[in-house]
Amino acid sequence: MTVEFPALTLILIFPALGVLYNLFLGYRTGRGAVSFVGPAVMFVAFAVASWAFYEIMVMPPGSVLTYSVWGWIEAGNFHTSIGLRIDALSAVMTMIVTGVGALIHLYSVGYMAHDEDFARYFTYLNLFALSMLILVLADNLLLMFVGWEGVGLCSYLLIAFWYTNPQFAYNGRKAFIVNRIGDAGFLLGMFTLIWALSQHGAWSLDFLTLKARASDIASTTLVGTTAATVAALLLFLGATGKSAQIPLYVWLPDAMVGPTPVSALIHAATMVTAGVYMIARLNFLFVLAPAALMVVATIGAVTAFFAATIALVQPDIKKVLAYSTISQLGYMFLGVGSASFAAGIFHVMTHAFFKGLLFLCAGSVIHALEGEQDMNKMGALRTKLPITFWTMLIATLAISAVPPFSGYFSKDLILEAAYESGHTALWILGVITAGLTSFYMFRLIFMTFFGESRVDHEKEHHIHESPPSMAIPLIALAVLSSVGGWVGLPEGLAWGDAFARFLAPVVGDFKPLVVGNPAMLSLVATSLGGIGIIVAYLFYIRLPGLPVILAWRLKGAHQLLLNKWYIDELYNFFVTRPLFWFSNTILNRGVDHYAIDGAVNGAGLTVETTGEAVRRVESGNVQHYAFVYLLGVLGVVAYYIYLVIH
Amino acid sequence: MLTAIIFLPLLGALLIMMQSDERTVWNAAFVFSLVPLGLSFYMLWQFRAGEAGYQFVEQYPWIPSLGISYHLGVDGISLFLVVLTTLLITISLFYSAGGDIEERAREFCFFVLVLETGLLGALLAVDLFLFYVFWEVMLIPMYFLIGIWGHGERIYAALKFVVFTMVGSLLMLVAILCLVFSARQHLEHITFDLPMLYQVPLSTTEARWLFAAFALAFAIKVPMWPVHTWLPDAHTNAPTAGSVILAGIMLKMGTYGFLRFAIPLFPEVAVEAIPLFMALAVIGIIYGALVAMMQPDLKRLVAYSSVSHLGFVMLGIFAFNIQGIDGAVYQMLNHGISTGGLFLLVGMIYLRRHTREISEFGGLWKSVPIYAGIFMVVMLSSIGLPGLNGFVGEFLIMLGTFLRLKLAAVFAVTGVILGALYMLWTYERVQFGPITKAVNETIADLNGREIASMVPLIALMLLMGFFPRPLISRIEPSAARLLERVNVAEARLDERRHRAALAATAPRGLDSRILKVAAAK
Repeated sequence: MTVEFPALTLILIFPALGVLYNLFLGYRTGRGAVSFVGPAVMFVAFAVASWAFYEIMVMPPGSVLTYSVWGWIEAGNFHTSIGLRIDALSAVMTMIVTGVGALIHLYSVGYMAHDEDFARYFTYLNLFALSMLILVLADNLLLMFVGWEGVGLCSYLLIAFWYTNPQFAYNGRKAFIVNRIGDAGFLLGMFTLIWALSQHGAWSLDFLTLKARASDIASTTLVGTTAATVAALLLFLGATGKSAQIPLYVWLPDAMVGPTPVSALIHAATMVTAGVYMIARLNFLFVLAPAALMVVATIGAVTAFFAATIALVQPDIKKVLAYSTISQLGYMFLGVGSASFAAGIFHVMTHAFFKGLLFLCAGSVIHALEGEQDMNKMGALRTKLPITFWTMLIATLAISAVPPFSGYFSKDLILEAAYESGHTALWILGVITAGLTSFYMFRLIFMTFFGESRVDHEKEHHIHESPPSMAIPLIALAVLSSVGGWVGLPEGLAWGDAFARFLAPVVGDFKPLVVGNPAMLSLVATSLGGIGIIVAYLFYIRLPGLPVILAWRLKGAHQLLLNKWYIDELYNFFVTRPLFWFSNTILNRGVDHYAIDGAVNGAGLTVETTGEAVRRVESGNVQHYAFVYLLGVLGVVAYYIYLVIH
Repeated sequence: MLTAIIFLPLLGALLIMMQSDERTVWNAAFVFSLVPLGLSFYMLWQFRAGEAGYQFVEQYPWIPSLGISYHLGVDGISLFLVVLTTLLITISLFYSAGGDIEERAREFCFFVLVLETGLLGALLAVDLFLFYVFWEVMLIPMYFLIGIWGHGERIYAALKFVVFTMVGSLLMLVAILCLVFSARQHLEHITFDLPMLYQVPLSTTEARWLFAAFALAFAIKVPMWPVHTWLPDAHTNAPTAGSVILAGIMLKMGTYGFLRFAIPLFPEVAVEAIPLFMALAVIGIIYGALVAMMQPDLKRLVAYSSVSHLGFVMLGIFAFNIQGIDGAVYQMLNHGISTGGLFLLVGMIYLRRHTREISEFGGLWKSVPIYAGIFMVVMLSSIGLPGLNGFVGEFLIMLGTFLRLKLAAVFAVTGVILGALYMLWTYERVQFGPITKAVNETIADLNGREIASMVPLIALMLLMGFFPRPLISRIEPSAARLLERVNVAEARLDERRHRAALAATAPRGLDSRILKVAAAK
């Protein structure tokens, strides 16, 4: 059932009003008004989103709410419009974006309270929410791309929010450029789809048309394979940029220099999951491109493992969480790559709860320690920051996939899907990563909240628990992190996997290729997670000297991980520097200055000497010179006209 | 109507020369640019969407013995360029009155208004001779604008500009005359009227030479790689208003020339030349971006970015499908708006600091937040952020290119990445970071006049980003008509090639048959 639902526009209008208010009036009306308007528009958007969600719930399965706002780019047969669409998939995403978004907006009021650019911060944050909602609500790929680049812009602006620090400004730009590389793939993917459809007389990027014509796209050949595979791979390149996967993940760890609520909202809960959403949205295309799905699953699993290894040794609390995010996103891609799109989206949701919470807790710790991010200078904060400790512990249990916390259900579903779609090697990688995950997360908990206090003395006295505006979001997300996974219980238990059933009309059912024993699979993953916790306990509580000895004994490996496998250095050496050298030495100095201009000036020398002679005669009178030139032109014209006539 | 739009500025220019009070001069110049702006909006409103042909046509015999007529008209391709011209000239004059031009204001206004007449005339002329007259008219004022009110090596730059353009336009003149001469043999009377000249069948050799001459003249103006080197010099040394008009409108005369003259007059040659022009356009896109990245001077940087952006326009034109040409025309407008805006912004900071060296700035956001904010929006428009105008044009161009030649689109897409790279890097060095130079701490933020100069541009960026339909629906019929000519030519060319291929294989087939017969014996 398809229903016109004009109220969908309200979900966009309110954040847009927030942007306008904060941009033009924010500085004048002051902090109080901004701290009301900024979060309030998000709560209203959340209310409208809930209304839409309710409508979807009560309507028969497969129903959609749509609203076409206006026709957008139309050239020749190609048509695209600004149209919004809520089905089960976008309903879930909208709820996450507005719900978690509203909580983090509220948290920001406390966190940014002392920042002088309060209004600018909320302008960006509201603009981000607007862009993200456009991305989620778009009914066609091109409008989705508007949101896609819009969130990238906001990410850039917010990473570089404290712009006076040149490193922060650099990191912001790095994020934007790396994302643009992915976006180039996204663009080419869209062109491939349009081209393939145009071969069959359709000219659209509407999800509806794409779905109806998916078989046409799959039957069109291009560069030795099908257009579906090419388009899927190109779009996935876009996803690796936005969702920080190999090879384009390098921007995300550097993005952590932005304000911590931004890391929670943009670089953990919402924006970085856009790639997963996009693939789930285009599930009909990806299932017709098995080779592309295989690539997605492989990249996902490898990224999950790779990022987790780096997270093992990082001393910076936010860096650990950043690599953890990359790793968890890898799981999501493993899920959708195994054609279990519901599992991927399920993990998007639970991850939004627990990773958003983890970042907010980290922010609370950082806030309490006046900006300290090095875990070597923390410890024993358990009693001083009780709310932060307990909520963070819950989030850690969730990400470590300890039942019955939310992460358990979603991660389990992904690993099961990986196994049952025949990716045994990827499943093994995923299970090992599960062990690594609980190790580095409990390492973080132990180093931050247990043991001896290593906090600087002058900061020791100022440690304080956060204000209510920060504590309320922590508690709300802790509740969600605990019970949020219960919407997708294992089949046969209570209401079973209601989440997957809800999404099935949009993303289809998961069809296993290999039959596995879910209980067995779950047991393996969970035990590895448990081992990770025990090892962390041994390393950081029982035998605190052990990590130091190990780091010394395995110096090479430790340095490799600490320096993030030297990937940034590699990119710098093989891409950035050659590009600049080529541009400057070869093109700018060589070709432009020397070759082309040299040749032109050589030819121009005669002109200039003549000019010099004329100038000497005319004593430098430009006007006169130009007059002579005009006469010359007219003379030539007259001469040719004469020729033509005779 | 069109006559009024074209010649009101000239009338204003003449009246201004009789004034001596500076205030009066600025006000009068502003009014005389405002009235054509109003008229062009009226024209826009009255323009019948969905029609491909010329509208508001005016035709009077001028030199009947030579078949030269005063023939004006506006169609979808020139419509918005006319509006862009009147708008940018108005903004330039309005902005320049605020202190950018301090000496010889009267002469300055005179030249700008004469230039406007030249530009509008060239856009609206439907007669080749009339077009050429206006084409030359716009050259001279620009020469003076650079030469008198410019900075640095302004004489060298002005001269380089004139020499480059003259080389092309003299070739074009020869080509026009040759074309008219050939046409006379065919039509049995002499004419410079464009629609009539479209009908003239030319021999392939003749058409190739004439196309080459036209194409070179326009390619210099665009400017396409490798005849672009006049542009950075001209821009860097021109006064702000000069750069705005040069980049915003004058460069489009090149791309407009391709659409109006070079391609429809010689469609078969144009089709043959697709690989060449696509290659040059792609080189221009990437080369312009990479060289822009290495410029230490803000204005030079923007100038090289124009090479890159105009490469996109050329790519769209030579994609020869409706998406490509719609996108190209749209991108011409976008470039006028965003690059015009960038030059204004560079001019504003130059006025405060008397330098354009990027290394002289840094941390400006702290001292001039409004400036930095506006700069951000204009920059985003320039790098084609979806939701702003630049994206619509770039998207359609790249789509058109992809449908024509996939490889070219793959290269063009890298231009999108590089565009973001040099722009954001520049922004970072100018606006972000700590304030390194003490002078930058005390510079004043934009004043009312400066903000007012930018507001229309920013409004257009947003409007054209979200509502491209009213524009494209007016551009498209004319673009489609042009395309029809090209398609016919392409079909003809294919057929000829096919026949040539048959002719090449047939004898061999015959030979083998003879051989077979011989072998059987």
